[in-house]
Amino acid sequence: MKRIGEVQSSNYLVAKFQDLVDWAVNSSRANSLWPMPFGTACCAIEFMATAASRFDFARFGMERQAFSPRQADVLICAGRLPFKLAPVIRRIYDQMPQPKWVISMGACASTGGIFDNYAMVQGIDTIVPVDVYVPGCPPRPEGLLYGILLLHKKIKGESLFDHVRRRDEQLLDEKGLRLPPETIDEISEPFGNSVHQFRSS
Amino acid sequence: MIPGAVREAVASDGETIVYVARERLLEAMRYLKDTPGQDYDYLVDVTAVEFRDRERPLEVVYFLRSLTRKADIRIKVELQPGAELAVDSVYSLWHGADWLEREVFDMFGVTFRGHPDLRRILMWETYAEGYPLRKNFPLRGRFSRAEQVRQALNANPEAHYSMEELSIAAAGGDLPEDMRERLRRGERGTIPEPPPSAA
Repeated sequence: MKRIGEVQSSNYLVAKFQDLVDWAVNSSRANSLWPMPFGTACCAIEFMATAASRFDFARFGMERQAFSPRQADVLICAGRLPFKLAPVIRRIYDQMPQPKWVISMGACASTGGIFDNYAMVQGIDTIVPVDVYVPGCPPRPEGLLYGILLLHKKIKGESLFDHVRRRDEQLLDEKGLRLPPETIDEISEPFGNSVHQFRSS
Repeated sequence: MIPGAVREAVASDGETIVYVARERLLEAMRYLKDTPGQDYDYLVDVTAVEFRDRERPLEVVYFLRSLTRKADIRIKVELQPGAELAVDSVYSLWHGADWLEREVFDMFGVTFRGHPDLRRILMWETYAEGYPLRKNFPLRGRFSRAEQVRQALNANPEAHYSMEELSIAAAGGDLPEDMRERLRRGERGTIPEPPPSAA
C-alpha cells in the first residue's frame, strides 16, 4: 500500500488524491464495522463474550451489532453450518449491501471441524467468500479480536478505485455454486483423524 | 394385558421392556394409556434402533411414563428385515407423538400409518440421499460434497412450513407472495435430479 505523501510519479497529485480518498474511506469503514452475527453453536458464546464488557469489540468500532443483514458490513459465522442452513446464509450474504466482508469463526465454520458427516457444510467458503478465518474450537475472544484486527488491515489495503474487488460475486451457474464442483470436493476432503474413514463406510 | 399382543417381556436393569406384536401395537398402547392401574399418560420419546447384524430386526422403541404412578415402561416393536417398514401411528393416543414419529421417519424411513402430517423434520423436504441413521447409509452421505452443496443451495428454506401453518399465516394477511403461491399449489418442492455419477 502506498503511503500518503509519498511521491509516486510526476503524476503524483492525482495519485495522492486517490490515496487520500482511500485512506479516509477505508479508515471510516474499518473503524465502524457493523457485524451481523450468524451464531449457530458454541462459537456464538465466545462471540457474545467478545461483544460484552470484558473484551468489548466496541473498542474497535463494532459498537452496533446489526441484526438485519441490510445494515451490516461484516458477516460473522460463529459455529458449524449444516446443509440446511446453507441457503439461509447465502441469502443473508446476498442481502448485505456492498462493501461486505465475512469472518469464518472457529474450526467448524472454516472446515467442518469434527463434523465430517452427511449433514455439515465442510467450510462456509463453499457457500460464501470468506475474508478472515479464525481457528479455534471455539476461539477465545482474543482470537476473534485478532481476526477483526486482521480484517481492519485488509480493509485498509483496499482501494476505492479498484472496481474489480468490490464487484458483486458472480455465481458459476444457475445451480448457485460459487466454486467449481471439483474445487468443492477437494476442499471438503477429510483431514486429521477422519482420513481413516472412507466415504463408503 | 391383551392376549396375543405381548411377544416377550424383559426386565433389564430394573426397567421393563415389552416386545409387542406389530399388528397389535395400537391396541396395546391404548390399553396402557386408558386402563385404570396402568395410566401411562405421557409419551416420553419414540425412537428406533437398527443393529449391525443384518438378521436382527429394526426396533421401534416407545418410552412411556405414568405421571400419576411414577412408573416407566418401554415398548418395542420389531420390524423384520425384508418386511415393510411400517407401524401404526400412536398420534391418536398421544399428540406429542407427532414430531417424534416424524423424526423416526426422517432418520430411519419408518412409515407411521395414520400419522396426520408425516414429513421430514430435521433434514429438508427435498433431501434425496436417504435415511441418515440407517446402517447402510454412509457417514458422509451418498452424494459428493459438491452435489450436496448444490442440492442444499437449491432447497427452499421455507419449505418446512406445513400447509396448515401456511394457511394460518395467510389468514393473518402477512404471507409473502411466493409462499401464497406455494399454498395455492399445495406442493412442497421437487427433488433435484442427482447427476448419474453421484448415485
